[in-house]
Amino acid sequence: MRSEVDMSNVLDKLREYSKPGYYDEFDYHWTMTIDLDRCTGCEACVVACQAENNLPIVGEERYAEAREIKWIRIERYWEGEFPDVKLNFIPMLCQHCDEAPCETACPVFATYHNQDGLNTQIYNRCIGTRTCAVYCPYEVRYFNWFTYTWDEPLEQQLNPDVSVREKGVMEKCTFCIQRIRMAKDNAKDDGRRRVRDGEVVPACVQSCPTEAMSFGDSNDPDSKVSQVMNSPRGYKVLEELNTVPSVIYLKKVHDDV
Amino acid sequence: MTMFDHGQPTYAEVNRDVLSSMLETGPRYWMLLGTTMTIAGVCFFMPWIYQLIVGVGAAGMNRNALWGTYLSNFIFWIGLSHSGTLLSAVLHITNSQWRKSIYRSAEAMTLFSLMTAALFVMVHVGRLWFVHWSFPIPNPMGLWPNFRSPLMFDVMAITTYLTASSIFIYMGSVPDFAAVRDVSTGIRRRLYTVFSFGWRGTAREWHTLGAAYMFFAVFVIPLAVSVHSIVSWDFALSIVPGLHHTIFAPYFVCGAIYSGTAGIVTVMYMLRKFMNFERYIGEKHLDYLGKLLLVLSMLWTYINILELFTTWYSGTSFEMEALDFRMFGFYAPLYWEMILFCAFVPLLMLFRKIRLSWNKMLVVSILINIGMLTERFIIVATSQPRKFLPDAFGFYFPSWIEFSITFGSFAIFTTLFLIFIKWVPAVSIYEVKETLKPLRRDA
Repeated sequence: MRSEVDMSNVLDKLREYSKPGYYDEFDYHWTMTIDLDRCTGCEACVVACQAENNLPIVGEERYAEAREIKWIRIERYWEGEFPDVKLNFIPMLCQHCDEAPCETACPVFATYHNQDGLNTQIYNRCIGTRTCAVYCPYEVRYFNWFTYTWDEPLEQQLNPDVSVREKGVMEKCTFCIQRIRMAKDNAKDDGRRRVRDGEVVPACVQSCPTEAMSFGDSNDPDSKVSQVMNSPRGYKVLEELNTVPSVIYLKKVHDDV
Repeated sequence: MTMFDHGQPTYAEVNRDVLSSMLETGPRYWMLLGTTMTIAGVCFFMPWIYQLIVGVGAAGMNRNALWGTYLSNFIFWIGLSHSGTLLSAVLHITNSQWRKSIYRSAEAMTLFSLMTAALFVMVHVGRLWFVHWSFPIPNPMGLWPNFRSPLMFDVMAITTYLTASSIFIYMGSVPDFAAVRDVSTGIRRRLYTVFSFGWRGTAREWHTLGAAYMFFAVFVIPLAVSVHSIVSWDFALSIVPGLHHTIFAPYFVCGAIYSGTAGIVTVMYMLRKFMNFERYIGEKHLDYLGKLLLVLSMLWTYINILELFTTWYSGTSFEMEALDFRMFGFYAPLYWEMILFCAFVPLLMLFRKIRLSWNKMLVVSILINIGMLTERFIIVATSQPRKFLPDAFGFYFPSWIEFSITFGSFAIFTTLFLIFIKWVPAVSIYEVKETLKPLRRDA
């Protein structure tokens, strides 16, 4: 079959793309901020993510084998000696690094960086070498060791916008890419060029009772997330590894410091 | 010192000795072949099929330790493959006469351990049925492999090395295939006529063979060095503490040649013992291989000390923690066993008495390879389950499936080797003849 592409049009488009500022105007840099001062470690985000993204319930036995799948998890760190102890929580999810170690690792391009600053995972392309997860310093990539099934009637609650993964496939947090897609489609239908701030809310952000998390486009200087991320408490986890994460944590402030 | 322990054979005797190892097959051979094939089937392929049905979760890996024995065995087998072709090529270029009776089986070892290693990649991946996607096959979807990935380098390096080694061993065997053709009848004669490309032994043919062989010998050497460097980059290009070392490429190459040379000693012993090659594989070979092993063991020890030093010198807490776990954690006994077997036991070869004793050298060479097998396991099992975030620290212990498949892989290698010795002369007939003194009248 002969290609029907009009080459002159393609060249025009290429010229358009290479103009400085094109990407700033049209593309997003999705960023999340997590205020650790507000995080109570309630794990509502973990549950919301599980419901939204069709994460399998692996069961007690698999959990004991450390094969659970939690795209966002609450890490727990104790500080000090008993009885003078402090408990710190830190929600850990895919950091959508701009310089992601996992992206160079995949031999088949199953994981790559898209123009929205997202680190995407294409389940259908994954062959399961698991290199990406080994290279990930945050250990937020989860492998499907088995094909998991949902007992009746639980399969009825699966989210139709998200695919169900089979055995041998890597998966991880997508920043709820299905919601980002929907917001972009809505914006296009309304004749807007860009998604408005606050239009995209990932499941974890939506469910946080203390509103510790916020999500938005850091290319837009007026967005909530751009303002929060410039807080003096802001930091990135394992910043010294130069992975340039897109999740910014706000430090917990202790009274005695 | 002459190359032959029991006097120099005549040309006819060389032909007879080597060809009889191929053409005369006793019940012992069939029993051995049957045993290894059964072990390969029961211990390797059956657990593998089970794993394919249920998923890679059948193995002991978990969300913190995503690489396991499959990968460490892959490196081990690649390493074992390293000495054969490399040694043969280097010795060919330097015109060493003693290589001529051992190189064929050493190269075969390269070939078969590479194949076993490739099998481990298949066992490792989560979706075997899509593994061909890692090759750059043009397709209507426009999908292409990622050439920045060290795994992609691996695919390229290993397929190149496998192809080059196959051609190298085949090319060197052509005159011997002709010798088989000349003594056999029936279907075997017709088969070997094809295998030998109608070799007649004219001066022109010998000249062409010599030139082509030299070309491939030069071609294979950098290839062998690059393959294990690239395998080491699977680890070194990550930022995992304990793996992210620039020393890894030379470390792996050195370790590979080391374990490969030890493997050659083991295979030589077996060939001598079971195929009656006492006349062609003599003490001189053992002595030279022993000296080579000694040098390699010292180099290996030196690189290990360097690795410890750079880790300590970096001063990073992550690196120090990884080192601490490796040396004093759960797998510490394995670590010290590796140091004992690979750094101290080979020092015994300083003594000529040990170098010249077949039985003692067999023990030393097997101990070295046990040490190298655990070295690869330690690299995989102690670093990547414990990376940066202490909350996500995990632990890895192989499941019975992994033990079984590891054991079965040795049976696969032996099976391939047993099949090989009945199809290809395991000692190069024409090159052994080249080393003989000119024919005596009375012979």
